[in-house]
Amino acid sequence: MAVLKVKFTKTRRDKLAQILWILNWISVVTGVILFSLGLFLKVELKKREELMAEKDIQYVPNMLIAVGLIACAINFLGGKICYDCVDSTKFLRWKLIMLPYIVCTFFFTLCVLVGALMCYSMHWELEEALDLGLMQAMRFYKDTDMPGRCFLKHTVDTLQIQFQCCGNSGYKDWFQIQWISNRYLDMSKKEVVDRLRSNVEGKYLMDGVPFSCCNINSPRPCIQQQITNNSAHFNYEHQTEDQNLWMKGCRQALLEYYTHIMQSIGLTVLITWLFELSVLTGVRYLQTSLENVLRQGDPDSESDGWLLENSLMETARIIKSLGKSNQINTANNGDPNIDVPSTSKAHYGPDNVPPKEKMETS
Amino acid sequence: MPFLSLKFNLQKRVKLAQGLWMLYWLAVIVGIILFSLGIFFKIELRKRSEIMDNNESHLVPNLLILVGMLSCGLNAFGGKLCHDSLDPQKFSKMKPMLRPYMLLCCGFNALLLLLVLLCFLMQFAVYLTLAEGLKNAIRFYKDTDTPGRCFMKRTLDMTQIEFRCCGNNNFRDWFEVQWISNRYLDMSNDVVKDRVLSNVEGKYLMDSVPFSCCNPGSPRPCIQHHLTNNSAHYDYDHRTEELNIWNRGCRQAVFSYYSGIMNSIGALLIFTMAGDVAGLKYLSTALETMADPENPECESEGWLLEKGFKETLADLLSKVKTFGRANQVEEGGTSPNVTAT
Repeated sequence: MAVLKVKFTKTRRDKLAQILWILNWISVVTGVILFSLGLFLKVELKKREELMAEKDIQYVPNMLIAVGLIACAINFLGGKICYDCVDSTKFLRWKLIMLPYIVCTFFFTLCVLVGALMCYSMHWELEEALDLGLMQAMRFYKDTDMPGRCFLKHTVDTLQIQFQCCGNSGYKDWFQIQWISNRYLDMSKKEVVDRLRSNVEGKYLMDGVPFSCCNINSPRPCIQQQITNNSAHFNYEHQTEDQNLWMKGCRQALLEYYTHIMQSIGLTVLITWLFELSVLTGVRYLQTSLENVLRQGDPDSESDGWLLENSLMETARIIKSLGKSNQINTANNGDPNIDVPSTSKAHYGPDNVPPKEKMETS
Repeated sequence: MPFLSLKFNLQKRVKLAQGLWMLYWLAVIVGIILFSLGIFFKIELRKRSEIMDNNESHLVPNLLILVGMLSCGLNAFGGKLCHDSLDPQKFSKMKPMLRPYMLLCCGFNALLLLLVLLCFLMQFAVYLTLAEGLKNAIRFYKDTDTPGRCFMKRTLDMTQIEFRCCGNNNFRDWFEVQWISNRYLDMSNDVVKDRVLSNVEGKYLMDSVPFSCCNPGSPRPCIQHHLTNNSAHYDYDHRTEELNIWNRGCRQAVFSYYSGIMNSIGALLIFTMAGDVAGLKYLSTALETMADPENPECESEGWLLEKGFKETLADLLSKVKTFGRANQVEEGGTSPNVTAT
């Protein structure tokens, strides 16, 4: 029992080949799109790699790039095959390659699906990487004189301005670290020394934030210093003031940005997967119908096309037996010439005659 | 003697027609690019109209949009002409439209030349509008509660951050205006009262700048207040410090941005003023002078002007003169019907 058998006349076969040729070329274009989406994601992640801890998240864009390139190659070959399939003499050239090609493409579409699912699962790893990375970046904000960390201040400032965020989870994160370098602190002043001594680690902590946390939508000039001290500023109450600084944390802002990109890319990859699967189905039908035409001998006749020659169960059994025939037969020490007595019932003919004869004799 | 004449056989005519067809369709694409550039420029002007006092001139982008659409239409028609020129039936239908079309193309090229001149000259207008607009923007920075000016602070902050500039000419422009609203000044404080009374106009002036002037590339946290007071900050000399806040004035920064856009548009327009009129003239004359219209393979001659350059000019002048004279009344003179005896 063939799975999903369809009859094909010569004109239908030709039309199918032509449509598949066009669809394969469209798939090459989608492969290029996948490749460029992977490249775009790689560039976006690299741009802010200073703010992400050492987690291996580059595997997602690398996978997308590889999948895009392989999709281009496979669909280019598929297009060529379908172009030649219109002519049954040219089909003979590709006859032997077609079945391995279809099997390879089937496994490749599984890779595409895995790629799409990876896009959605990257979210959690990214959150962890961003949390650790931002914490480190804020700690090293003041170290503009240390090689390797000179530009961290610039990176964090431009990040806070561009994404309209402040700190890791919120602006209070800046109160817990020293973000002004000792180079710019007057150690001879009493209040500076007091502040340094007031905590265990000897850090100059204060309730102030860098200028990049300032909200441009605020109606009043930015209050950056003594944020929690209501009496330091006229007509100011820090508990109700929400327009002075950016309220969002940078981890959340970056995560939202990357999640948005990942979701769009994931959706595109899923659509590409469905498209590839349908093209593959078409190619399978074309292959089986052309093989049946060759078997029948007349190139203009009708033929059947199917997905699988036998039912799913039988196909599984055939694959299993193919696997077994490759195994070494240990009973005979591998010698195929020794006669192995059959354990199944032998078919000798008249002994297995149906009960009709017995009824005649009775 | 025809001016710049060339001999054409069938192959050359076909090649000329095909080449011209491609050139015309390329010109259509350039027309689309001009149209979108016009829209882009219009949007950019609108985005920042607040710092230009809402007074900016939209002449250049509007003309550019018009020119883009005209260019698409004219060049598409030209392409169609070239495509039909090789079919003698279609060509005879198109022949009467050829002369007015070429005159229109010449007029269009004159319009392009005018637009190029405008692109380079209007930059002065943009500069002056920016100077005036920024001055007012800085003055109204604090008026976030006045309707119509609520977003001046936001716009100016965004401009200073985006264009990496501070103030009109430089950061000292902020020292001359009161940019903190009275709503946020504690008038009962002695320091505040002294400062307000210290100048004639009663403004709260100080040597500070808004946070948007801060340079994120500075190695030290931004110093916004008491900029000219070296002793107010540790290890700080305002004369040698150049990384703390942006040194450039916003007028210069925004003007160079717009000037860049206008210069590129001007360059593209000069590139567009191509000579497809010449090609079309050659093609039409080559087709008209075919000795035997029934035999497509005969040779023919094509030229730019039927007579020499000087003769054509003389002809044109005499035509203009007779056109003028036909409108004048004839003074005296004998009627042509009276015969001399």
